[in-house]
Amino acid sequence: MAKRSIVPFGPQHPVLPEPVHLDLVLEDETVVGAVPSIGYVHRGLESLVKKRDFKQYVYIAERICGICSCGHGLGYCMAVENVMGIEVPDRARYLRVIWVEMSRIHSHLLWLGLLADALGFESLFMESWRIREKILDMFDETTGGRIIHSVNKVGGVQKDMDSSMLRHLLETIKDIEREMKPLVDTFLQDYTVQSRLKGTGILKKDDAILLGAVGPMLRASGVEYDTRLLGYGAYKDLSVEPIVSGDGDSYGRCEVRLKELFQSFDLIREAIGKIPEGDIQTPVKGNPSGEYFMRIEQPRGEAIYYVKGNGTKFLDRFRLRTPTTSNIPPLVETLKGCQLADVPVLILTIDPCISCTER
Amino acid sequence: MGKVSKSPWLLHYDASSCNGCDIEVLDCLTPKYDIERFGIINTGDPFQADILLITGGVNSQTESVVKQIYSQMPEPKVVVAVGICACTGGVFKECYNIRGGIDTVIPVDVYVPGCAARPEAIIDGVVKALKILDEKQAARSKKEG
Repeated sequence: MAKRSIVPFGPQHPVLPEPVHLDLVLEDETVVGAVPSIGYVHRGLESLVKKRDFKQYVYIAERICGICSCGHGLGYCMAVENVMGIEVPDRARYLRVIWVEMSRIHSHLLWLGLLADALGFESLFMESWRIREKILDMFDETTGGRIIHSVNKVGGVQKDMDSSMLRHLLETIKDIEREMKPLVDTFLQDYTVQSRLKGTGILKKDDAILLGAVGPMLRASGVEYDTRLLGYGAYKDLSVEPIVSGDGDSYGRCEVRLKELFQSFDLIREAIGKIPEGDIQTPVKGNPSGEYFMRIEQPRGEAIYYVKGNGTKFLDRFRLRTPTTSNIPPLVETLKGCQLADVPVLILTIDPCISCTER
Repeated sequence: MGKVSKSPWLLHYDASSCNGCDIEVLDCLTPKYDIERFGIINTGDPFQADILLITGGVNSQTESVVKQIYSQMPEPKVVVAVGICACTGGVFKECYNIRGGIDTVIPVDVYVPGCAARPEAIIDGVVKALKILDEKQAARSKKEG
């Protein structure tokens, strides 16, 4: 047996925008074990429900993470609405879906860029982020913020999109779709990209289910599961098909996310076609009393929001289970047996979001 | 800003922020804002960095990492606190695990407010940092005679 050595990875590492630490156990160049340790971004946000009332907490929920901010606001609001029995107007349900799908596009393009950067494919990174700017400009136009939007509120949404904005959004999406074509070809057919992604970090279907993988990680292992099928928001009126790939390797995960981008374009188009006229919020009276579990599909997978109210304006408990938390055990599994040089790419393929995970 | 006397290298570290400012820092490097045209490069290595861009409100676990990175950077060095959390603690100020502002741990030269700080504001902060870097360099060479 070769001599074992331990290589620390992180918390400050060029490939990671966020701090996470892994102790990699190596035999020569092969990884035989990985011990993750977290806590670098823990702020203690769940305890803030004791200091902010349930309406103010929406702003905290959106700042759990800057990338999936829109989804966190939505998940929290829907959980509180379900506790209080608030019926959200139809137009607000559609607007929420449009914004959440836009944030999925922005998140996936961001991930594609980071993946290209981890591969050392600098121009592909720049191209992905250049396209992503268009969707950020659209966020700027419709919500007033590029990253943190603060459009969700308990009982509906804060802002409306008028018809000229919706038309502009359709044009932007058409533009992005056209510019995405060469990008997709490079990611899926380029020799250098394939040689880094194909056959690395394989997660078998049974393992994915057993270890509790979620989101694109689970779907890349061939499991048809997408929380949007539950039909929250306006999804029950829209056609959502889970996108799966059977290989379970890094290439499969890349493929699933690329196809989900196009699925999001279609969903936005469909939602804009069906969006009804009307109010965007209902007045909220009283305080939440009772508890509820809300599940939504974030760009990274299934997120669970638990809210417990006690009849006062301060909630008893807010709990969030994020997709990255569920994806860490599968990641540790895929790291075993890989080469040291592949570790950054494999960590990226779960699309880690540490600030969600630690809150 | 006049002429730039140096091509400064940036180091970015996330001291428990929400990611929003971090992706905006990365955004500054990509084609729309492209600070590389000024010769500014994002490096992952503290030993070669001139400017430390730091986001978030510092928790007990990142505190030692921040201090270590700061001490590893060569003199002269400038610290830019990006985002309102890095300036004062922001919305997370009352959290039990947040120190509240980078300046509670290391000296800060430039504060860039915003939640999330916009790329234009970050670039402005970096340009201000360049001036401070020059001043620090001048003071240093004067001292050495």
